[in-house]
Amino acid sequence: MEVGDKAKMGFEETELRLGLPGNNGGGSEGEVARKRGFSETVDLKLNLSSKDPGIDQNGNTSKLQREKHLLAADPEKPPAKAQVVGWPPVRSFRKNMFSVQKSSTEDCEQKLNATFVKVSMDGAPYLRKVDLKMYKSYQELSHALGKMFSSFSTIGNCGSQGMKDFLNESKLVDLLNGTDYVPTYEDKDGDWMLVGDVPWEMFAESCKRLRIMKGTDATGLAPKAMEKLKNRC
Amino acid sequence: MLRMASSFPEEVLEHVFSFIYDDKDRNAISMVCKSWYEIERWCRRRIFVGNCYAVSPPMVIRRFPEVRSVELKGKPHFADFNLVPEGWGGYVYPWIAAMATAYPWLEEIRLKRMVVTDEALELIAKSFKNFKVLVLSSCEGFSTDGLAAIAANCRNLKELDLRESEVDDLSGHWLSHFPDSYTSLVSLNISCLGSEVSFSALERLVGRCPNLRTLRLNRAVPLDRLANILCRAPQLVELGTGTYSAELQPDVFSSLAGAFSGCKELRSLSGFWDAVPGYLPAIYPICPSLTSLNLSYATIQSTDLTKLVSQCQSLQRLWVLDYIEDIGLEALAAFCKDLRELRVFPSEPFAQEPNVSLTEQGLVSVSEGCPKLHSVLYFCRQMTNDALATIARNRPNMTRFRLCIIEPRAPDYITLQPLDDGFGAIVEHCKDLQRLSMAGLLTDRVFEHIGNHAKKLEMLSVAFAGDSDLGLHHVLSGCENLRKLEIRDCPFGDKALLVNAAKLETMRSLWMSSCSVSFGACKLLGQKIPRLNVEVMDERGPPGSRPESCPVEKLYIYRTVAGPRFDMPGFVWTMDEDSALRLS
Repeated sequence: MEVGDKAKMGFEETELRLGLPGNNGGGSEGEVARKRGFSETVDLKLNLSSKDPGIDQNGNTSKLQREKHLLAADPEKPPAKAQVVGWPPVRSFRKNMFSVQKSSTEDCEQKLNATFVKVSMDGAPYLRKVDLKMYKSYQELSHALGKMFSSFSTIGNCGSQGMKDFLNESKLVDLLNGTDYVPTYEDKDGDWMLVGDVPWEMFAESCKRLRIMKGTDATGLAPKAMEKLKNRC
Repeated sequence: MLRMASSFPEEVLEHVFSFIYDDKDRNAISMVCKSWYEIERWCRRRIFVGNCYAVSPPMVIRRFPEVRSVELKGKPHFADFNLVPEGWGGYVYPWIAAMATAYPWLEEIRLKRMVVTDEALELIAKSFKNFKVLVLSSCEGFSTDGLAAIAANCRNLKELDLRESEVDDLSGHWLSHFPDSYTSLVSLNISCLGSEVSFSALERLVGRCPNLRTLRLNRAVPLDRLANILCRAPQLVELGTGTYSAELQPDVFSSLAGAFSGCKELRSLSGFWDAVPGYLPAIYPICPSLTSLNLSYATIQSTDLTKLVSQCQSLQRLWVLDYIEDIGLEALAAFCKDLRELRVFPSEPFAQEPNVSLTEQGLVSVSEGCPKLHSVLYFCRQMTNDALATIARNRPNMTRFRLCIIEPRAPDYITLQPLDDGFGAIVEHCKDLQRLSMAGLLTDRVFEHIGNHAKKLEMLSVAFAGDSDLGLHHVLSGCENLRKLEIRDCPFGDKALLVNAAKLETMRSLWMSSCSVSFGACKLLGQKIPRLNVEVMDERGPPGSRPESCPVEKLYIYRTVAGPRFDMPGFVWTMDEDSALRLS
């Protein structure tokens, strides 16, 4: 794993953009339009071929616009077109019960047959996103994460190697006590777990976001992770 | 006449009144004369408060001192779709606290969309010695600890129904708090809970309660435990299964099939999470006697669904996912001639493209084949005016019609016209229509139709519809029986509201969000009509910090005799006489 080598990443397109989705203008315009859905309504009503070139006759955004919106999402708000708040009027308990089922359900991120999760690293200036479906094992994920965050000085020269070791299942326990970085993830139930405890497929299915924590913060994690596993079986 | 009325002993009147249960009738009785009012109020045993803020607990208790059963509703309906922010209100604790001293013999509490805490549950458990029925529908704020208190203390509990509530699920241990001596359970619904209860505790509970007739299990109960439970309760009338999925094993299948066959009284089935087609035949023997079937969590496809419904000739109610497709609905129309209620839910509500072949045709077929069909909830992706008109002509007996087209403002997909005429036909033909939810591209014309024809309409839901204030005006001025109106994302402003302000006092509530009602108009309404609470919800900050003409985000207006409420969160303001002072 070359350190400092900002290798050409297939993630060019997935880099966070500053603009908010659903609008032509900058962030603040988007903010207002989202809160005051009515003005959106007026625009669409008055002029079906609206200002936004991505919206066609039926008010559908073009596929390209949709993709852009999905990948450039403001961390706080979902893409405007893909999900209007409370629409369609499906009760949230029904949405939740359903999304836990094994048969594939489409949510925002699965529309493109990808599972994008946010990755944050303590000390890094901004977040990244990875598509878990691109990897088949923890090794592959660790490799990609190492590349992504290698440019940050907080990791330092041996950081990515250390991270690779962390993600190696057999070395987790030893290295937890160190001051290096520990990869953790938030699962479907909202709990923060240590990466590497469960088989890759189970992890990929239940991981909602990743956080690479400073090792000292992660000591409380393992026992709960074990308890979670026990309850699940 | 007067002499006769006053010479009737109170006891006789009271006895006569005891045969009147309906709230409206009771209210009518109480308005005949002062003495009837007095007699009636002492013998009213059941009260229903459709909006918990319309009246205060002390007011209720003062008027009705001998109540045994209370039903309360809290948050507005659109809370179901996340349009009401966290912390809005609907707290039940003040009611429980007041009733704990006033109604020691209270037996039943039914709540919908209210915030219920563990404290409230604990107070219920220790205050009411003869407590029998607790129904928490779409409630939240409590944990399984509160349930443990109920289980442990309510010796005479008959019904515990948590339907669709959000429970802080700490563990399944609460169920084991029902003492061994407890045998009075009649109805238990824990389908919304996530964690596993002790199966042996559950089986023992079921086994020792001979009057158990309703049991809705949660997803954590595996299929291979279902047979044992059923064998202990062959008298069950309503069953909700747990997970309906397991590896296909002949012995598991045959015990399950045997157990189902043993339940001769079973009329209603639900649950079916993760259902696998291989285990469906286990219920075939009881299908002909089923009257209610909820398959809305079952991901089985149209072939298996069709096969299943074709055997349910007595079916009156079906809830199902759109996996049933038009073809399954045709079978429903052909075989289930007693069908009264149909709900079709979307399997992939956020998908842009249809994933199943379910269109307007399915609904048309059912409307043709099922003469008793009067209640419909239908999610689909396309509709035509012709289809709606056909449905209307076929089913003039329709009383509840809720259509949702996934794409907002979708026109008639063949003519590209608005769906005004289609819904117009619905309100014209279905003279007893009580509830209507509209969808698709709609102009002011549809509201004109509604105002002219929907004279029995009590509840109307509108989204992304209309052109101007005229639309709202038609509804408010024409619908004589309107009680609840909820509107989102429509270009309705001040004029219609202010012109029809008096109408608002005859309704339970009005919700408007993402419309264009100005802050100034809200203030005016609040000041002019004292018995209305005009509540403005705005997460941008105090409405007074913006110009008066600025539209408010959300508006909730309801009639009340209790004055403004004081439990509002920071983003809700009441417009009343003082608001001018407070908000400037």
